[in-house]
Amino acid sequence: MPPHAKLVGLVAFVLFVVSVPPAARLALVGLLLVAVAVLLSTRVPLRHLLPRLAVELPFVVFALLLPFVAVGPQVALGPFTVSQNGLEAAVALLLKGTTGVVVAVAFAVTTAPRDLVRALQHLRVPDTLVTIAGFMVRYVDVVGDQMRRMRVARDSRGFSSRSVRAWPPLAASTGALFIRSFERGERVHLAMVSRGWSGRMPVTEPLSATSSQWALALAPAAVAAVVSVGVRLG
Amino acid sequence: MSVPVLDVRGVAYAYPGGHQALFGVDLHVHPGERVALLGPNGAGKTTLVLHLNGILTPGAGSVTVSGLPVTGDNLLEVRRRVGIVFQDPDDQLFMPTVRDDVAFGPANLGLRGAELDARVVEALSAVGVADLADRAPHHLSFGQRRRVAIATVLAMRPEILVLDEPSSNLDPASRRELAAILRSLDVTVLMVTHDLPYAVELCERSVVLSEGTVVADGATREVLGDATLMARHRLELPVGFSI
Repeated sequence: MPPHAKLVGLVAFVLFVVSVPPAARLALVGLLLVAVAVLLSTRVPLRHLLPRLAVELPFVVFALLLPFVAVGPQVALGPFTVSQNGLEAAVALLLKGTTGVVVAVAFAVTTAPRDLVRALQHLRVPDTLVTIAGFMVRYVDVVGDQMRRMRVARDSRGFSSRSVRAWPPLAASTGALFIRSFERGERVHLAMVSRGWSGRMPVTEPLSATSSQWALALAPAAVAAVVSVGVRLG
Repeated sequence: MSVPVLDVRGVAYAYPGGHQALFGVDLHVHPGERVALLGPNGAGKTTLVLHLNGILTPGAGSVTVSGLPVTGDNLLEVRRRVGIVFQDPDDQLFMPTVRDDVAFGPANLGLRGAELDARVVEALSAVGVADLADRAPHHLSFGQRRRVAIATVLAMRPEILVLDEPSSNLDPASRRELAAILRSLDVTVLMVTHDLPYAVELCERSVVLSEGTVVADGATREVLGDATLMARHRLELPVGFSI
């Protein structure tokens, strides 16, 4: 499926899910199932998917804490007494958060970073942002490698970063890394200008999607829209 | 004699900080020549290279590429004609795939579709890496990246290929393979290098730049055979190497 259609479908779906009132738990469970269905339809093996779903963990921890720290009427939950408002908020947060993460993972595992950049460009996201995103994709490894080499060189001279006294050298190498990256940025710019760059990334392979591809991409969002409106009216 | 591909006349340049890097450089390169630009560190070689496609503008003097003066109006055409391959391929290759990167230059010139694809294949084949088109640059070996960097410039069908230290960081096999590729290309070459054996191997003519001026210009073997000249300008052949 063309990446721009997927991206629009993803954003629209998430927005509609967020717009569902938190009290409509059944509807939210239904939408979570839609998201899981989308994820399963990618046919990517579960062992690849599960580690990626772990990005949700901080939200889960927050949601689990919420019933204990929120104020308001208290209810009994097993051996604990928890805040009712907090409990409801936690359930809604978990359901919406998981739904969002599940579809985002479905998008991420089926879209190469390069296609994401092309989709953003096709959707008229400002060129500067697209260019920055493209550079990030390209240079995250280069800067990461450089950081690793600097760490190896540091550690080879007997450095260990166990105590607070290690912070000044760490700060200095972070600064050096920043300056090297900045200088690399200047050299990359020179090389781009030398090849006739004039401020805009050329679109070499325009994206296009058929109406049936659009329909498929927007189907989950349409379901979420109907649910969101239905819950509010009914 | 033919119109020189590269005609540098009296170019002088001082960096904004006041450091004067070039003091009136004259350099002519004719079609089909392979010329080595030699000189110690800090001689102004890179500064000179950045004048060739108008990234730096000379404080005095002029640069002409196949009869076209390097001025603001002609910059795009000048940058098509003068292809600079920078020393670190990671600076040159910034797109997510090799194919996109090689297409970047010709796309800036307005090429699209089948013509652009053909140009990409042609350039990658010329350096023998057509099979790498869909790989990401950071997954390639250093030697492969150097070759792809050359392809990104060849894709613009330059009249002169300017290489900044093409043999640096290459293992001996990659270095030899690159020499064979450079010899097989039908393009004028200006090669900036410290690798004197490489200059002997590839370039019939050498120009020595030292402290911002041209101090020698002649057949590579004669220039490198002049022991006093070499010593005066901190140029040394590797131990055990003789011409």
